[in-house]
Amino acid sequence: MAEAAIKPLTLNFGPQHPAAHGVLRLVLEMDGEVIERADPHIGLLHRGTEKLIEYKTYLQAVPYFDRLDYVSPMNQEHAFALATEKLLGIQVPPRAQYIRVLFSELTRIANHLLNITTFALDVGAMTPLLWGFEEREKIMEFYERVSGARLHSAYFRPGGVHQDLPAGLLDDIGRFCESFPKVIDDLEDLLTGNRIFLQRTVDIGVVPVETALDWGFTGPMLRGSGVPWDLRRAQPYECYDQLDFQIPVGKSGDCFDRYLVRMEEMRQSLRIIEQCIEKMPDGPVMVENQKITPPRRGEMKRSMEALIHHFKLYTEGYHVPPGETYTAVEAPKGEFAVYLVSDGSNRPYKCKIRAPGFAHLAAMDHLCRGHMLADSVAILGSMDIVFGEVDR
Amino acid sequence: MIPAHKDLIDQLEASQPDALMQAEEIRGELILWTEREHLIPLATFLRDNPNALFKQLMDITAVDHPQRERRFEVVYNLLSLKHNLRVRIKLPTDEETAVPSLCGVFSSANWFERETWDLYGVFFSDHPDLRRILTDYGFEGHPLRKDFPLTGYVELRYDEELKRVVYEPVSLRQEFRGFDFESPWEGMLHLPGDEKAEAADSEDGGKA
Repeated sequence: MAEAAIKPLTLNFGPQHPAAHGVLRLVLEMDGEVIERADPHIGLLHRGTEKLIEYKTYLQAVPYFDRLDYVSPMNQEHAFALATEKLLGIQVPPRAQYIRVLFSELTRIANHLLNITTFALDVGAMTPLLWGFEEREKIMEFYERVSGARLHSAYFRPGGVHQDLPAGLLDDIGRFCESFPKVIDDLEDLLTGNRIFLQRTVDIGVVPVETALDWGFTGPMLRGSGVPWDLRRAQPYECYDQLDFQIPVGKSGDCFDRYLVRMEEMRQSLRIIEQCIEKMPDGPVMVENQKITPPRRGEMKRSMEALIHHFKLYTEGYHVPPGETYTAVEAPKGEFAVYLVSDGSNRPYKCKIRAPGFAHLAAMDHLCRGHMLADSVAILGSMDIVFGEVDR
Repeated sequence: MIPAHKDLIDQLEASQPDALMQAEEIRGELILWTEREHLIPLATFLRDNPNALFKQLMDITAVDHPQRERRFEVVYNLLSLKHNLRVRIKLPTDEETAVPSLCGVFSSANWFERETWDLYGVFFSDHPDLRRILTDYGFEGHPLRKDFPLTGYVELRYDEELKRVVYEPVSLRQEFRGFDFESPWEGMLHLPGDEKAEAADSEDGGKA
């Protein structure tokens, strides 16, 4: 019998699939169990954030950043706050810097907890999810105590942070830092030496250094391949240059290395948090320029000028001098940057959001080729994709 | 200007004199202006030259200035891990003329260019797969252009009779409100009809 050319099977993965980490639609061309081509279709969660920001004042734009990558909200507010501050030419007070770093690192832990545990769930381990989310909930409580909201906090604002820490919060975060390493150890006991987990992740989705650079990878995706690049160290912002921490790197750049990098990053984040608690300076948490930041409530009751400032800030907002900036922060997923163009009015002329997940997902086709169908789930899990930021 | 930027500009002026239209540093960020036909040689140079080594293309986007003759600025953000530098390449273009695709130089350009095409309608020539990426299947228009309304043109709902999703023109319950915050005391330099003040100002300008 003559051999007939068999048309590759086209498989539709998602957009509603628990392992798609949101609303990814993946069109896969399969040769048996092997992926020949992967075509990710994104945009199912596109909300037009960048367009909306062009119609909002700078302060009104802040909450949109919580809703991008909704598992690490504060890091993204941070990028926008830094970009706006750069255009305004202001420097936030030291206490605000330390609070920002403290909460950025708490967010990093919350993000990695979600990523590692759901990644483990995707490749067949259920218990880490149950243990990890309990700790995540504690971090959400810290969020709530400082900003009033568990998720969409709108806490880092241009000029500083919205409110000072409530009494006793630092002690509670300190206690969390004492108890949390035990949880990391427990998670490692479950996963790091686990034969099933190793078989699903080791040598899967290997990213050589050249590939990682070519595709614009950042964060744990780049460090997993052995490149010691971290914006907190290389281009320090806030008070990161006064803090002592290590940058973990992987060796082979496979899914397992990326998992290890994230595990170690959580421990390093704890170190940073402990240093922040220890060094936390006193002072204001917002710049004392009432043209940019609102006056204190008590002052508004007595001073006419303060009342006018408050009214102007929450209706018109502040005008930002014309200019542009590309400001990046090391978000848990990689380099999160804001390209902000101002025309001198009270609204951004353009605000482009550079999401790390977008660049990572773009390489999905490249990474999946030649792998088995089940490996695509592992690769996707190790990329740490959240569709809020990919689709914007 | 920091020395590293100065060196880079000197190098570019020596080796790529045509490509570099203008170089400026704003708030410590280096911006290189180029033209469409010089983009690929410039990007390749920046990637491979041992004093540049901008191995990573972080972002591509565009800025829309409808009042300009060539309305779009295409913006490329590059990062050099080796020298810890960032550089921004900018080039002006219009709606019709295609910009050469950077996919051959940086793989990450693929999706960023698709996004720029989708949201701004800047066409990239020689792109392997220039489809829409963020907007809906069958979407018309380029939403991030300044002349595209915030509310869009169509909205969709599920039709119980047809048993499928249907598109309809947008109907707004109330007029879209744009607030103009240009204060006459700050935004306008002269009151309308106050020609005397304008004449006085231009005289002052002449003297200065």
